[in-house]
Amino acid sequence: MTKEIIQERLNQAFSGAALQWAEPWGMLECTIPADQNLAIVTFLFQELGFQFLTDITGIHYPEQEGKELGIITHLHNLKDNIRLRLKAFVPVAAPDIHSLTSVFSGADWMERETYDFYGINFVGHHNLKRILNVDEMDYFPMRKEYQMEDPTRLDKDDEMFGR
Amino acid sequence: MVEKHIQLAENSVEKETTTINLGPTHPATHGIFQNIMEIDGERVIKTEMTVGYIHRAFEKIAERRPYSQITPLTDRLNYCSAPINNFGWHMTIEKLVGLEVPKRVDYLRVIIMELARIADHLVCNSVIGVDTGALTPFTYVFQWREKIYEIYEGICGSRLTTNIGRIGGFERNFPDDTWKKIHDFMDGFPAVLKEFETLLTRNRIFMDRCIGAGAISAERALNWSMTGPNLRATGVDYDVRVHSPYSSYNEFDFKIPVGSAGDVYDRYLVRNGEMWESYRIIQQALDKLKGMDSSIFHADAPEFYLPEKADVYTKMEALIYHFKIVMGETDLPPGEVYHSVEGGNGELGYYLVSDGGRTPYRLHFRRPCFIYYQAFNEMVAGGLFSDAVVTLSSINVIAGELDA
Repeated sequence: MTKEIIQERLNQAFSGAALQWAEPWGMLECTIPADQNLAIVTFLFQELGFQFLTDITGIHYPEQEGKELGIITHLHNLKDNIRLRLKAFVPVAAPDIHSLTSVFSGADWMERETYDFYGINFVGHHNLKRILNVDEMDYFPMRKEYQMEDPTRLDKDDEMFGR
Repeated sequence: MVEKHIQLAENSVEKETTTINLGPTHPATHGIFQNIMEIDGERVIKTEMTVGYIHRAFEKIAERRPYSQITPLTDRLNYCSAPINNFGWHMTIEKLVGLEVPKRVDYLRVIIMELARIADHLVCNSVIGVDTGALTPFTYVFQWREKIYEIYEGICGSRLTTNIGRIGGFERNFPDDTWKKIHDFMDGFPAVLKEFETLLTRNRIFMDRCIGAGAISAERALNWSMTGPNLRATGVDYDVRVHSPYSSYNEFDFKIPVGSAGDVYDRYLVRNGEMWESYRIIQQALDKLKGMDSSIFHADAPEFYLPEKADVYTKMEALIYHFKIVMGETDLPPGEVYHSVEGGNGELGYYLVSDGGRTPYRLHFRRPCFIYYQAFNEMVAGGLFSDAVVTLSSINVIAGELDA
């Protein structure tokens, strides 16, 4: 199994999905349509030996209209030692994506953490509730509109150094 | 299925099981996290884990901090082996900017990282002893953890949350008395570890408490994304040092100890085996350092590495770089990297997205504790309550790493 074979097999199996490939810093990366994430991960798990889920996390690009929130999944084929990063983007107005908990038990808390910080709704997750923040919190703190410091504080003005 | 001790009528308002709280502050948890357990007599029916008691929003804080100021945040993840976290973060940035560090820096890092691994495993393994009723081995080996902390202290000035090293190398060369401490440690440690193993490994009481407790199969462990000694105890030889070598680990000759049953006893054996391997790696690193130019301790990276103080006052470039570094005005190239190191508990990953600015656009820590602790219910359900306590200490859940 090589990176080329993985690209070829995935492109064949999901020819309608317009997968975009890249390889930044030696890590194979694929941008996938959000509605097919479960099908693609299941295919990778069953056919291409990606049996280890390294990580699931989120990212927020407020300026990308219609695909503000990203879900980044790192998978690892331990047998051939190939890592793969999957990126899927969803609109902030309807941040729905399939949960991977049916394939990987370990996705449970990773998805809860991503939900907790970005508000991404993992459809099919059995217990999608906040994990690290308090249950009463009514916003998603890692989104870019929530600033670290109180913007009204004058003593924290960093016009010169910072953003 | 476990047989219930109490049988109630179908429409009874009473419960057949007892709910107890293990934590958030309980001596058995060794940290701040809660287990809400349903127990039936001495058997655990199920447990629900509640985490987040010491969540400090490191990922959010990191989005406002210059790269060099994120190192102290990484200390506070797994504080039992803080140097591994620090170097992992430095290596992530070095990977992003394409900075080559000298071989001597690699070897110095390897020495400190393996010492940190020994310190981490000493704590974990001796605490299994404490939870099974053997306090003596714990007091014996803690003296040697102390010696490792003295070595850190000689290099960076602090002991627990080390903030050791800088991007590109170390802040200063190792002092002579630290080298003496390292050599003293190497001379004395094998006898201590041997004694520790003699006290516990074939101890009848210890074996009876540990064998079969909290077992998990290799398939389930992989499916739960477990890494580190807990995964290796099930028989999977996945080690980041071998699979994705960093810091010249590919030049070292060492074995990956694996278990077979995935229970508390195998986790204990794997950690002990890893300490012996770490000891061998340090020996090899010390051999490799012989004959190298001992004045090299950092890469030539003026944008990241603080210049000599004397140069700051006399040379213009040094002054400029000093100002840029201190004010955190070094921009990094845009890009996305994932770098992982083998931490004390498993694969510690850094997912860094840079938009070309002075702070990360997004930084995510893959924290091994957080990921494998979710399998705790599966490990202890159906077992005895006392087994659950030993399992909890044997998987080495560190609250700082759990909550980030």
